[in-house]
Amino acid sequence: MIETLPPALWLFAGALSFCLLPERLRLPAVLIWPALAWFFAWQLPDGVQLTGSLLQFELQWVEASTVRRLFATVFCLMTLVGGVYAYRHASRTELASAFAYAAGALGVCFAGDLITLFIFWEMMAIFSTAVVWCGNTEDARKAGIRYALVHLLGGVILKFGIILLIIETGSTEVRALTLGSVGTWLMLIGVLINAAAPPFSAWLADAYPEASPSGTVFLSAYTTKTAVLCLILLFPGATILIPVGLYMVFYGIIYALLENDMRRILAYSIVNQVGFMVCAIGIGTETAINGAAAHAFAHIIYKALLMMSAGAVLLRTGKRKCSDLGGLYQTMPLAMWCGVIGALAISSFPFTSGYTTKSLINVAAQEQGMMVVYFLLAAASAGVFLHAGIKFPWFVFFQKDSGMRPKDAPLNMSVAMLIMSAICLLLGLFPQWIYPHLPYPVAYEPYKADKLIFYFQLLLFSGLAFFLLLPWMKRTLTITLDTDWFYRRALNACAAWCLRCWQVLQQFVGEESRRLDRWKNATRALFSQGGVLAATWSIGVTVLLLVVLLTVYIVFYYLQ
Amino acid sequence: MSDNDKNLHWLMRPSTIRRIWWLFAGVLALTVIAQFWMPVKGYFGVDSLFAFAALYGFLSCVAMVFVAKLLGMLLKRDEDYYRD
Repeated sequence: MIETLPPALWLFAGALSFCLLPERLRLPAVLIWPALAWFFAWQLPDGVQLTGSLLQFELQWVEASTVRRLFATVFCLMTLVGGVYAYRHASRTELASAFAYAAGALGVCFAGDLITLFIFWEMMAIFSTAVVWCGNTEDARKAGIRYALVHLLGGVILKFGIILLIIETGSTEVRALTLGSVGTWLMLIGVLINAAAPPFSAWLADAYPEASPSGTVFLSAYTTKTAVLCLILLFPGATILIPVGLYMVFYGIIYALLENDMRRILAYSIVNQVGFMVCAIGIGTETAINGAAAHAFAHIIYKALLMMSAGAVLLRTGKRKCSDLGGLYQTMPLAMWCGVIGALAISSFPFTSGYTTKSLINVAAQEQGMMVVYFLLAAASAGVFLHAGIKFPWFVFFQKDSGMRPKDAPLNMSVAMLIMSAICLLLGLFPQWIYPHLPYPVAYEPYKADKLIFYFQLLLFSGLAFFLLLPWMKRTLTITLDTDWFYRRALNACAAWCLRCWQVLQQFVGEESRRLDRWKNATRALFSQGGVLAATWSIGVTVLLLVVLLTVYIVFYYLQ
Repeated sequence: MSDNDKNLHWLMRPSTIRRIWWLFAGVLALTVIAQFWMPVKGYFGVDSLFAFAALYGFLSCVAMVFVAKLLGMLLKRDEDYYRD
């Protein structure tokens, strides 16, 4: 019985334990709970394992399959290593929220029906918002509210989609859907909002960098990747995802190039990398789905590593802008080397995890004869090296001497970074460790001489472009407007305008009602007791009035 | 080496930077020259051309930086823009 419980429960138990445990027991807790969740996730045989019921619907709390297990594995690994990174500096609330957030993600992984999926989906939204708020600044508070609004909107859209689908088909099962009805479209939009697809890409770079150094590490892992898993399960081969993915890929590069905040650069590059996965799911072949799943796995590891490196810098220097940083390689060599490994992996440099996984996506485009997609993805690979692969380590650790001589990352953070770096390299050197765990059999050999030459040329020459164009890359103390402008400024302005209109209207109505009141009072005075028309008249006056009226009548009668 | 140079970290010395540039240029040249012995198998014709990936990578990066620059002119705002 215990082995068919949702693995998410173990992480929930972990989240609860942080509320009660004294600080010295945190380390064993961050190790044990994710390890238990991981162990039980691997014990689950394929198929539906645990059911329940809600109203007339059957809930499938646990359904296992290869791709679900793959995502669960990386989520547990991420929670464990992220926990090691965070346990000394993160607040109790942050650790508990982060584990509950991870539990939500793990719940989505194994959700066999749409209702269960939705429940865990909303849990993720709630607890990830709490993680953002643990940034403990006024900016974090505001960004958290915006983050929550976007995700609750996404949740509502997803829920409407699910309801319409249930009304239409009567089925709540998580299965591949064809886009045709309003319900399926709404579901796709709901999932894509969590994947940071346009026009809602801005929430990610708005909220993630406002969290604490460790909070951002957790945030970078779950939300967008559960969205990727849902797209794999629900909408494989939906061609609309190809342009959406390509947009995200280039959006991420261009915005990261313009950005000055080191963690926001990395946040934009999450959108960029998820774009590769979304595009692959749109291509939808077995190789493409393998590529999307493998790349999501590798991406969680190297992005967490990059965020850890940036987090260590933030913790030690208190600075987050590239324009304030530089020259840190002298005293933070470990954070620098780990950052460089993460940067190489995200750039899909040969012999790193990014290369063995992302090249599957390129191969999928090539197999389908999608020339434009293939070349755009190749250009984007070069662009990734430009905006994240070189830009992040260069501006943070080299560039100029900022004069700062901070200590290297604390021991627990260093251990976490070393583990992630090792995984990045091992998955790059031994792709056979990940290929058998992908949803479909893989017959792909990444290390062929001509492929290596192609990638080395592509990446190294984009490196050359970076250094030649360095004067153009000079960081400025600016932000770049994004679609969040509409809800941060335009909607605000709109609301202020509506308020003004309302006030004017109220003023007008007030004046008019005062005038009406005057009339009312005058009329009342006329008719009320003591008023002229309500007074008791003598018979003589009444007869006189009647005579006058009759005379007027007769005169008019004859004039006619 | 001047005294000023000696005070600098070895990686910051102009002589080292010059050496790194030469090394980088050597590696770049090597990746292109290697194509003589190991021809790149292209999938769409053009990608098997000599030094295609090098040129393509370089030019697409230049294009992306250029687009970013143009977009920056339109969309860049002071960092306190939303705080006002």
